[in-house]
Amino acid sequence: MIRLIKFILLILFLILSFQKLLMANNNSSTVDKISKNLRCLICQGQSVYDSQSDFALSMKTLIKNKLQEGKSEKQIYDYLKNQYGEWIVYDPEFDKKNLLLWTFPLILFIFGGLLIYRKVFIN
Amino acid sequence: MKKNIFYLILLLFFTFIFSVFYIGLDKPNFYTPKEVKNKSLEEFTSTELFSNEQFNSKDIIENNKFTLINIWSSWCVPCRLEHSVLMDLSGKTDLNIVGLNYKDKKNNAIKFLNELGNPFSKILTDPDGIISISLGAYGVPETFLLNNKSKVIRKYIGPLTKDNVLEIIKIIK
Repeated sequence: MIRLIKFILLILFLILSFQKLLMANNNSSTVDKISKNLRCLICQGQSVYDSQSDFALSMKTLIKNKLQEGKSEKQIYDYLKNQYGEWIVYDPEFDKKNLLLWTFPLILFIFGGLLIYRKVFIN
Repeated sequence: MKKNIFYLILLLFFTFIFSVFYIGLDKPNFYTPKEVKNKSLEEFTSTELFSNEQFNSKDIIENNKFTLINIWSSWCVPCRLEHSVLMDLSGKTDLNIVGLNYKDKKNNAIKFLNELGNPFSKILTDPDGIISISLGAYGVPETFLLNNKSKVIRKYIGPLTKDNVLEIIKIIK
């Protein structure tokens, strides 16, 4: 009996938490989505979305205006990258400078796979 | 033999990791933007503080050989410190100094200028900070030295110093 009650409570909890998640998703607009991917340049370790600094507030208004002008997300990112440099976006683009950063996990993965392969199949 | 190679690789690996972190220790953990040079300033239209007239940035910049755009605000403490330097610059040269009043109230801005003097030929307003962002500014105070083609020759983040003024005078001569 107690088991059954526990089970029902768990299901209820899951349903409620999912609902909350869905609601949050519906409410967050494109401005939030973009600003979450932008680094607040004058605050340490905060995104533009999280920050309440003057810089971040102006940035959010700017993004809103650009969206109203009909600019796409990519256009807005490109525009800001042009103004502030690559550093403003959290997702660095693939280029010569960060080649190692992008390929190192892959190299490590392949190396590890080879080790396992040798251990299991050859020995 | 095989084991030795393995240990050697392991040693190299950890040495590499150690050196990366060791070099990283010395690096400052705050971001200092790279100096933006020879980049064009984006065109903008704004209202003048006193006359409420609309001005286009291009028209103002084109007519002078050099233009200094200074982003300031009455509530910004470093701007207060910087103001004497700007007054000094406007007294010494005939450089076209344009103020961009950032997120400020008109009354406060005028009070600030009455108290400390007005080095600006024009003061454009940026009530919601969007113009400053579109210029690529980080905050107040910030100063751009431009030529008549809107190219950024120098960008100063933070209050202008006396050395900066000497540099500006040297450039515009």
